Amino acid sequence: MAEQRFIISGFGGQGVMLMGMILAYAGMLEGKEVTWLPSYGPEMRGGTANCHVIVSDKPISSPIVTKATTVVAMNLPSLSKFQGFLEEDGKLFINNSLIDVKPERKDIKDYYVSANDIAMGLYNSKIANMVMLGAIIKETGVVSHNTVEKVLEKIFHGDKAKLIPVNIEALKKGETLLLN
Amino acid sequence: MTKILMKGNEAFGAAAIKAGCRYFFGYPITPQNEIPEYMSRELPKVGGCFLQAESEIAAINMVYGAAGAGARVMTSSSSPGIALKQEGISYIAACELPCVIVNVSRGGPGLGGIQPSQSDYFQNTRGGGNGDYRTIVYAPANLQEVVDMTGDAFDVADQYRIPVIISADGMIGQMMEPVEFSERKGRPLSPKNWAVTGTEEKRAPNSINSLYIVHEELEKHNWRLDSKHKAIEKNEVQYETYQLQDAELVVVAYGTTSRVVRSAVMDLRKEGINIGLIRPKTLWPFPYKAFDEISEKVKGILTVEMSTGQMIDDVRIANNGRFPIHFMGSPGGSIPAAEVISERIKSIIRE
Repeated sequence: MAEQRFIISGFGGQGVMLMGMILAYAGMLEGKEVTWLPSYGPEMRGGTANCHVIVSDKPISSPIVTKATTVVAMNLPSLSKFQGFLEEDGKLFINNSLIDVKPERKDIKDYYVSANDIAMGLYNSKIANMVMLGAIIKETGVVSHNTVEKVLEKIFHGDKAKLIPVNIEALKKGETLLLN
Repeated sequence: MTKILMKGNEAFGAAAIKAGCRYFFGYPITPQNEIPEYMSRELPKVGGCFLQAESEIAAINMVYGAAGAGARVMTSSSSPGIALKQEGISYIAACELPCVIVNVSRGGPGLGGIQPSQSDYFQNTRGGGNGDYRTIVYAPANLQEVVDMTGDAFDVADQYRIPVIISADGMIGQMMEPVEFSERKGRPLSPKNWAVTGTEEKRAPNSINSLYIVHEELEKHNWRLDSKHKAIEKNEVQYETYQLQDAELVVVAYGTTSRVVRSAVMDLRKEGINIGLIRPKTLWPFPYKAFDEISEKVKGILTVEMSTGQMIDDVRIANNGRFPIHFMGSPGGSIPAAEVISERIKSIIRE
């Protein structure tokens, strides 16, 4: 696909900004054009956070995503707020550990990832974002698993390097999840 | 050359240090806080000095002092903070000192809001300080331009001995894009033999002064500043045009807005509607001559700004009555969507 446009959303602390940043970073390493645009505002703890990410073969004009090819909802408010931004046949990833409703949109493809439950089983809920990211890269093909591993090695260094294996494990778990 | 994924605000800091900036004085304000944060972390590593001042007014006067001593110096702030700096900017301009000021604009007037805005066009290009002075104003639209323009800004400031403002907004400051730091050619620059660095009793003392109490001297001083401004207007205009040749309508936009407009223009061209774009990269000097490239068959000009209409005054001057001028603005901190701009363009063409 020539251009993929993502809106990734959740509450503060779920690592949605990082998910977007990893996608952008990996896209750049694969020689693609990328932009990452965070929401910012007078948000409170537990409030919503989202980022817009574009990965493209061509130079990107506006970094603002109004017609997303993929929306990732890590919590319920994110699903309500952003399902309307999906283009027809777009991919909607739903963290059904925290979301127990179905999307209103019927003209899209929905994917269900129990990101928090799987993360808890592996390590702790902090890596729920990596489980989701695995599912995203598998289903969208936006970047390869190997490139994401390279990004993780760049992000986690020094004391944090010990976190790489568990993050990769979470990523792999997310990648295999939707095949069943 | 390897690409680095960087936040806009960090790119300002990195490019400044790369250009030899060793002094930064600032005071925190959203949405530019990553600039002082970056400088506080990185300047000490290269033997520079970061200082968080007690106020914006103090910070700009520290810039005044460092510039007077011949240092490469920068400050950054956002709209209401820049307003506080205007007195100092006027003095720095009067004393013909080089410095770089980054304005990551937010909505106003007053405290306004923290979302992206372009309602500082007047403040940046016309200034809030007193007197017949000008500041060069760059308006980057992407992070590579942030890097390149910040580097150039220090050279241009030194060459003309003038304050240079870089006009960005919260989106440019907060977003990430890959950037490259290639070796800058740099401009040939004269030594700063005017700087007040101590004479060691080997030369006559220099002085930095903006007071000309004898009116003939003030008049002479102002005409000299004016001739410098004229040289800048002649030599330093930067702009980009996009598909003006066959355009039915020409849109004028800069910075963040120009990126959304370009998306709209590309969408419309796919539908067979031919639209052109003029993007000023310097807001002062304004690219009046870009408008000479507009062909007579154009139906009108649309100015899109995140304000109630400020750059439109320069567009009117440039247009000189040739075409009808339309305006589309968003003064509350929201960035207009490409689809909304496309609809507006279509409705103008149908009129």
